[in-house]
Amino acid sequence: MTLRQTLLAAALATSLAMAGGAASAVTLRVANQGDSNSMDPHSLNESLQLSFTGNVYEPLVGRDKKLALAPALATSWKQTSPTVWRFELRKGVLFHGGEKFTADDVVFTFKRAAGDGSDMKGYTSTIKEVRKVDDFTVDIETTAPFPILPDVISLVYIMNKSWCEANKAEKPVDRRKGIENAASFRTNGTGPFRTKERQPATRTVLVRNFNYWGKVESNVDEVIFTPIGNDATRVAALLSGEIDVMEPVPLQDVERIKANAGLKVMQGPELRTIFLGMDQKRDELLFSNVKGKNPFKDVRVRRAFYQAIDIEAIRTRVMRGAATPTALMVAPGIKGFVPELNKRAPHDAEAAKKLLAEAGYPNGFEVGMNCPNDRYVNDGEICQAIAANLARIGVKINLQAESKATYFPKILSRNTSFYMLGWTPGTYDAHNALSNLMATPTDKGQGLFNLGSYSNAKVDELTLKIQSETDEAKRNAMIAEAFKLHAEDFGHIPLHQQALAWAMKKNVELVQLPDNFMPFRWITVK
Amino acid sequence: MREALRRFFDGDVWHSFRNSPVAMAAAAVAALCVFCAAFAPWVAPHDPFDLASLELADSRLPPAWDAEGKPAYLLGTDDQGRDILSALMYGARISLLVGLASVLLSVLVGVSLGLLSGFVGGRIDAFVMRVCDVMLSFPAILIALLIDGVGRALFPNAHDTLAFAVLILAIALSGWVKFARTVRGSTLVERHKEYVQAARVIGVSKWRIMGRHVLPNVMGPVLVLATIDIGQAILIEATLSFLGVGVPPTQPSLGTLIRIGNDFLFSGEWWITIFPGMVLVMIALSVNLLGDWLRDALNPRLQ
Repeated sequence: MTLRQTLLAAALATSLAMAGGAASAVTLRVANQGDSNSMDPHSLNESLQLSFTGNVYEPLVGRDKKLALAPALATSWKQTSPTVWRFELRKGVLFHGGEKFTADDVVFTFKRAAGDGSDMKGYTSTIKEVRKVDDFTVDIETTAPFPILPDVISLVYIMNKSWCEANKAEKPVDRRKGIENAASFRTNGTGPFRTKERQPATRTVLVRNFNYWGKVESNVDEVIFTPIGNDATRVAALLSGEIDVMEPVPLQDVERIKANAGLKVMQGPELRTIFLGMDQKRDELLFSNVKGKNPFKDVRVRRAFYQAIDIEAIRTRVMRGAATPTALMVAPGIKGFVPELNKRAPHDAEAAKKLLAEAGYPNGFEVGMNCPNDRYVNDGEICQAIAANLARIGVKINLQAESKATYFPKILSRNTSFYMLGWTPGTYDAHNALSNLMATPTDKGQGLFNLGSYSNAKVDELTLKIQSETDEAKRNAMIAEAFKLHAEDFGHIPLHQQALAWAMKKNVELVQLPDNFMPFRWITVK
Repeated sequence: MREALRRFFDGDVWHSFRNSPVAMAAAAVAALCVFCAAFAPWVAPHDPFDLASLELADSRLPPAWDAEGKPAYLLGTDDQGRDILSALMYGARISLLVGLASVLLSVLVGVSLGLLSGFVGGRIDAFVMRVCDVMLSFPAILIALLIDGVGRALFPNAHDTLAFAVLILAIALSGWVKFARTVRGSTLVERHKEYVQAARVIGVSKWRIMGRHVLPNVMGPVLVLATIDIGQAILIEATLSFLGVGVPPTQPSLGTLIRIGNDFLFSGEWWITIFPGMVLVMIALSVNLLGDWLRDALNPRLQ
């Protein structure tokens, strides 16, 4: 960019900012129970981080208010052959730093997202090559026919090639190894907001990008995002007017906030499924008193754990009714959900005890359990209740509940025997859950979040077939079959879908997406 | 032994105790707390650490006198269905154990270093005192957090017992400085007194003079300081557990109970946090009052 252009852009930005300033700048203060772990959009495949960085960065294909596909940095896309998708890119889009958006950035982004340290490999594992056709056309070739490619890449946010190179951020911030780089703290996206200030775990300030290519349905000029981990403190901050929007609302405080004349609570079903995973790969568990063998390799033990859990008591007491117990790893509302299979094996402590005895553990055993305490609704409490349930069948749980900042790096490096995780398929399609959570882990990104390495060759085979099947009925039948196999194996222990609960001042209008994303561009302050 | 007891009961300290209602009341409360904590498994109506006995259906019940309460749970239950009264006794057990053990450890470290520093002097003195300066420039809770963090990083699989050891060590290492300073000051005074010089003249070894002759004469202020410090150590443990780096969530100490209850203050389930808070205040206050009284009783100028 020449000096002249820079000056022009600066002058334009100033005049626009002043025009906005005349109508008094609108500041929105948002609080969440945790922070976006990094500003790097490829470093952690987690809802909060993708929701937050999604205000700054954009994908090729985005989502509208109903989670249907919507053009973002690509204006149109079509399949030119069974394995090739062509994307027409939007022209005249500028990054926040003033760089022009071109096909080079797309090629670079997909290389970055598929490379070392990336947490987004699950979305890129089927991609063979990303080719630049011309400056505003890109072809993506997949290893096999892949009809849902646009759905799959809707969370791969485009970064600027020259900026990443200039800032030595060509590789994603690797949470597993604790490596940070410039992209952790600074951003250069194309989105409706830009980062003004970043203080990890303390405060992040986003301001409107007045050069944004699209229309922004929001009058917010500045968003101040503050993580407040303590439930009571977060509620107090809202009640005292210190913040405008917060989520999640602690379940016990929903009534209290509703009773306040100036506040409202928005509740709705969430697509996230909370489940437990067990290490089924190691020959000896890392954290257990059973030596020389791994009890979780025995399906009877996994089944015993499943049946020992009193999911109904957790729903009514711990979740105060704001949860839907599930037998499947995906929620209703996800493409491929099978209502007929959504029947949990009954809670039966006696049967569980018998199963354990058959498996050779009549007196149970000891195992360590890892749990976050600030990620999902009442996560730490759920784990304690489960530890109590398991104590009744003789299993002693050594519970370690901790903040997600230390929790995720630990379990993502598979440094666990028994863990809790929540998953929303980023593509809103059952295939995503199959390939990320249930497929045997490979270095290509399959089973990236199958942290206990559950493995069933038949499920792997079906997952691959589902990926390229275009016939809806056949595809659904295969999904159902894979889910059935997984359920019979007790590969994971699905728990429930939690309900979303956001609270805000009455004058704030926003869109609550069932995947728990909160795009700031749809927030209006009256 | 009998002679020693007789001397104690005839002496000034006992006399002053009998004449101080505050001290007697504080001692009674402290004794009650210690008794309940020590004999928790026999006194408590339930075992809150036995996860198998917890009934989730009985969670968040109000105290027994409330219409919705159950007589089995006198002070109500917490969010996991733990009986608050029993949890208090077991929790106090952890709090008192951590408090006593960490103070004992910091007395041990502080007194030996202070004695050495004051009696030997020179480079050792300079070194120990500079370390003290550095420790004093950080708040105790920060030092405890640091040590706890390091301990957990070194032993990532630390459960229960090891976690306790790290916790005790963390609090002790942040508290020894004041003992070292006090003892060093008194030692500097003592070592120029005639009895020390006399011992030197007849050829008693340096270590023996330090241990046998100087130490008993500098212990007075240390005992007083230690009683006050116990209350403080319990509060630090509560803070650490409150911050989530203390004891595991399935074995709540008083501090953990208060933290759990904190989340339920807005929704009106006050008993989860109020009762543990009251017990913590009671323990800290009674031990502090005892310490105050002991300081006055041992101070010859006030008699």
